[in-house]
Amino acid sequence: AALAARPDAQFGGGLTPTPFQDVTHYNNFYEFGLEKTDPAERSGGFHPHPWTVRVDGLVANPRTYDIDALLARPLQERLYRMRCVEAWSMVIPWIGFPLAELLKEVEPLGSAKYVAFESVVRPSEMPGQDGVLPVLDWPYVEGLRLDEALHPLTILAVGLYGQTLPNQNGAPIRLVVPWKYGFKGVKSVVRIRLTDTRPPTSWNLRAPDEYGFYANVNPEVDHPRWSQATERPIGARGGFFGAARKPTLPFNGYGEQVASLYAGMNLRRDF
Amino acid sequence: MTARTDRRDQPARKWRSSVGILRVLLYAVGLVPAAATFAMGLANRLGPDPVNVFERTLGLWAIRFLILSLCVTPLRELTGVSLLRYRRALGLLAFWYALFHVTVYVGLDQGFDGAVLLADITRRPFVIMGMAAFLIVTVLAATSNAWSIRRLGRRWRAVHRMVYLAGLCAAVHFILSFKLLRAEPLLYAVVMALLLLYRLLPDAIRRRRLAQR
Repeated sequence: AALAARPDAQFGGGLTPTPFQDVTHYNNFYEFGLEKTDPAERSGGFHPHPWTVRVDGLVANPRTYDIDALLARPLQERLYRMRCVEAWSMVIPWIGFPLAELLKEVEPLGSAKYVAFESVVRPSEMPGQDGVLPVLDWPYVEGLRLDEALHPLTILAVGLYGQTLPNQNGAPIRLVVPWKYGFKGVKSVVRIRLTDTRPPTSWNLRAPDEYGFYANVNPEVDHPRWSQATERPIGARGGFFGAARKPTLPFNGYGEQVASLYAGMNLRRDF
Repeated sequence: MTARTDRRDQPARKWRSSVGILRVLLYAVGLVPAAATFAMGLANRLGPDPVNVFERTLGLWAIRFLILSLCVTPLRELTGVSLLRYRRALGLLAFWYALFHVTVYVGLDQGFDGAVLLADITRRPFVIMGMAAFLIVTVLAATSNAWSIRRLGRRWRAVHRMVYLAGLCAAVHFILSFKLLRAEPLLYAVVMALLLLYRLLPDAIRRRRLAQR
């Protein structure tokens, strides 16, 4: 469905969006299967409506949000770079609102230090949750430090390219943290919980030496199996020779806004 | 080897020339996946990540031909069907695909970036495994000619037993190319493991069928 949003010119200057077809047909969403084409092909039976998101934990005012109420908020369109840990990248015109809005409404307690996110579990609608080989433990869980979650760049997206989120992109609501690897962007969120301890995160549980809690985009810190210095832009539409790699930027190009969050930290150790 | 003894027979000569034709045909058919994928890439029909698809397709065919070349001996010993005459062609196809795969990785994918390539080849087991397999099949391809066989004599067999190590490295490399343990590379690894374990069987079991003939 079409979704109105106010373009936020502050973000995305000079970026060319990845074609809609590629944004919606080249996805990692293992709940629907392991192939990049699986989410688009196998998410037709998923029902993102009705939907609620529970926000609770260490807050004064826990709330359950209905998706229709969230869609009726003033929404912004932001053109963000998206860098996958697999060394490919896109530019996506998201529609959403800052996560900080919700967090302020539920009034975090002083003891809250982290935010834990949880995806939906519906094996009957998500064929990838029903496989034989172990994939990830469901639900898919992710987490942010509270200051990361409150950062104005961190949004909950409910749409892209002027319409509500397609199922394969994490309908009806997902997290977008543009300076982190894509796997931090937990999809089809049902619960957001504030905690005082660092929450477990899905990929970190699966392979802690390969996927850290922070997962900040960092060309200096390689994945054990490949370099993160460069990336393959998706959908460059030049066939073999049009899709040349380009350098990956520290914090995916958002260092000016977010580097201060990590002042004094060793980002090689806390990768 | 056995064909040589009956060279004088007319039907045998005819058979030999058809072996030659079949061999050429095998090379031609064997290279079709590479040519077809390349053509699709040029026509921009490999999807949004064409280099990655091309690279993976070439690697997949390299391991397929390596497996096929390793099937020749068990097939002959267990069923009596001998495809020995085509084994070199299968092995060389594996080499060519490995060469294309590495070329695409070095050139199209990494853009000849020396620093990245050096780090990959020296530090990452995933790449080291692949490179080891490639180096081995390169040595085997370079010595897959009559001159090398004469020249190396008995050592030729020992050198070419390295193919087992190449198979092992290739299978591990394939498994490591995914973030998770996946069915497809696992299946190839199981087939590869069975073909390698077969070589450990005592001769008495392996050659029973040949002896009966």
